[in-house]
Amino acid sequence: MVAAETTAVAAASGILKLTWIIALLPVISAALTLFFGKRTPGRGAVYGILALAGSWVLSILVLWHFVQGGGTQASQVEWFNVGPFHLQLGQYIDGLAAVMLVVVTSVSLCVHVYSLGYMHGDKRFTWFYFVLSMFTAAMLDVIIAPNLFQLLIGWEVMGVCSYLLIGHWWEEKENSNASIKAFITTRIGDVPFMFGIFALIAATGFKTSNITEISTMVHTGAIPAGVAAVAAILLFGGTIGKSAQFPLHVWLPDAMAGPTPVSALIHAATMVAAGVYLVGRMYTVFIGAETWVLQTVSIIGAITMLGAALLALVQNDIKRVLAYSTLSQLAYMVAVMGVGPAGRNAAFFHLFTHAFFKALLFLGAGSVIHSVHSNNMSDMGGLRKYMPVTFLTFVIGSLALAGIFPFAGFWSKDELLVSTHDGHMWLFIIMVVTAALTAFYTMRMVWLTFFGAYEGHGHPEESPASMTGPLVFLAAATVGVGFLGSPLLHAPFFKWVYFGEPEAIHFVPWIALLGTAAALGGIALAYAVYKEKRERDPLEGALGPFWGLFQNRYYIDAFYMRAIIYPVRDRLSAAVYWFNQNIIDGVVNGVAALARGVSVVVYWFDRNVIDGFVNAVGSGAEEGGGLLKYLQSGNVQWYAVGLFVGVIALTIIFVRA
Amino acid sequence: MIRLPLVLFFSAFLFSAGVYGVLVRRNAVMVLMAIELMLNAVNVNLVGFSANLKAMSGQVFALFIIAVAAAEVGIGLAIVILLFRNRESINVDEVSLLKW
Repeated sequence: MVAAETTAVAAASGILKLTWIIALLPVISAALTLFFGKRTPGRGAVYGILALAGSWVLSILVLWHFVQGGGTQASQVEWFNVGPFHLQLGQYIDGLAAVMLVVVTSVSLCVHVYSLGYMHGDKRFTWFYFVLSMFTAAMLDVIIAPNLFQLLIGWEVMGVCSYLLIGHWWEEKENSNASIKAFITTRIGDVPFMFGIFALIAATGFKTSNITEISTMVHTGAIPAGVAAVAAILLFGGTIGKSAQFPLHVWLPDAMAGPTPVSALIHAATMVAAGVYLVGRMYTVFIGAETWVLQTVSIIGAITMLGAALLALVQNDIKRVLAYSTLSQLAYMVAVMGVGPAGRNAAFFHLFTHAFFKALLFLGAGSVIHSVHSNNMSDMGGLRKYMPVTFLTFVIGSLALAGIFPFAGFWSKDELLVSTHDGHMWLFIIMVVTAALTAFYTMRMVWLTFFGAYEGHGHPEESPASMTGPLVFLAAATVGVGFLGSPLLHAPFFKWVYFGEPEAIHFVPWIALLGTAAALGGIALAYAVYKEKRERDPLEGALGPFWGLFQNRYYIDAFYMRAIIYPVRDRLSAAVYWFNQNIIDGVVNGVAALARGVSVVVYWFDRNVIDGFVNAVGSGAEEGGGLLKYLQSGNVQWYAVGLFVGVIALTIIFVRA
Repeated sequence: MIRLPLVLFFSAFLFSAGVYGVLVRRNAVMVLMAIELMLNAVNVNLVGFSANLKAMSGQVFALFIIAVAAAEVGIGLAIVILLFRNRESINVDEVSLLKW
């Protein structure tokens, strides 16, 4: 028995060394899709699905290694050296990475399958699958990256893929605007992120960008706390951009312009989680930094958490409700990350569960949108009769989001609350309030979509099996994964994923009851408000002036437009126009005039000197030939005369000599 | 024994007569005969020197030249006959097709 277990661990460790293949498979499928996709039956979707299925199986095996108590594994190959700086490619696999691999490959696989139905007949179907695979590969690269440069590569490729997918239907100006907004906003976060990387590399004496080595140096004090603080806050800039935290949260709701499977994969479950993952990966730096860094992290998270939940209350677009919900839930993770090691573990558990139930909700919303051809909840209603599978799975996801026992969200939200109640009471209160708001808008969304009478056009039908299949899978996961972190079952999750020492997870009954009460209160209130059909949203009267404030997103987007984008864009475009007209055109025209001047001279030279020479040779040969031809008389006797005269002449010359 | 200068003068006279004939005569047959004169002038020269220098190689050369001359006349006369058949004339002035 013991021997068998040892063998199993050894086999799992063997797989661990090949973890990089998980990230490589989607790269291969992306290449195959790009080059052969259009000629493949089914327009190339098969490559991505097969590759992701392979990656998923491998990820499960890698996670199994950690479930059995296996250790971390790091391996890398030298890429290049610049002076003392060594850059490597490789992998660093710990429990955190293993869990993330499973999350990303599971959701990505579901989205790949789901898109078969959702994107059926799309004119850029093959391209869509190419970008999906490419995105997945980039995310997996971020997860396994052992150094900051490799992480940055995946990070940026994800940004590009996100841009491409948000603007997938770029024929509509609104969509292409949304993709540009998302790209530029996340870039604003990426600039400090890159400077954070440079700061850390500089702090190591330009020797390495390896995360483990940097962590060790911060831990031992080789990198002082002040430097670590600057680096950490710069890195957190990347998180703010990628995970859409205040004040760079504006892009995520607009990113819903992309196809819904993309929203599920990128803007709910994985890419936005990369920012949180980054904080978790670099956590030693955050811990080793001065304390104000983690406090900032908490405050940013708290602002986003509450602000986004309030905005979700007033949305009519079902995807925007989910988008603000995503902001709010990510903010939970970010805020609790700021609490300390226990918070980090709880945040990761929430990241883990949130990925499943938020992907489920997005895919469910996609199923609804696919059926009623509208994003607006005012065009829905009563769909539970028409779409039973979507309804059931969506309700499971909603209950998880609201934090109702025994679904995944309950367990993770409970851990979040437990980790903050001791010493971070202000954050604890905000989180409870947000939990109630979450339950309220979730109930509102479910009610407006699935209950009451159908308000839209046409006859809604249940989506095809390729779409409901992933829904059922994710619903099962949503029910199941919560128990991995249940303190009642000794919380196996926290034995694989931990910071420092494995953590004993406490179950605090009054917190669990308070969380459940907040959730049930929110649901009950929403039911009371929305049970009767009304022409206008009842909240509009209840919220008074706040309704307009929320509808206009606190005027933050408008403020950015007025204060930053218009002035910068107008002045910049004027300056660029001037530069273009005067400098660039001047250079171009100057070059053209110069070329004309030179060409006139060259033309004269060519006509007169070169042509003259060539013509002279030609006419000289012609004239000479015209004269000499008379020697060729055809009269043999004349030739003989020439012969004898020549002989006599030669004789005279040689005899005299 | 005839003295060598006498032989050479005779040879020179024959050769000059041959050259004159080649350059001046219009009749192709006469031109061929003039060429024959020139060849035989060379023969006389060779034989004369051979006798004077007591070396047989000159006479051997003379025999060769006689043989080659016979062949040359054979071909030459054949050309003249073909010329006559085509042109009804053996005037070399009229055979001047090969020119510019």
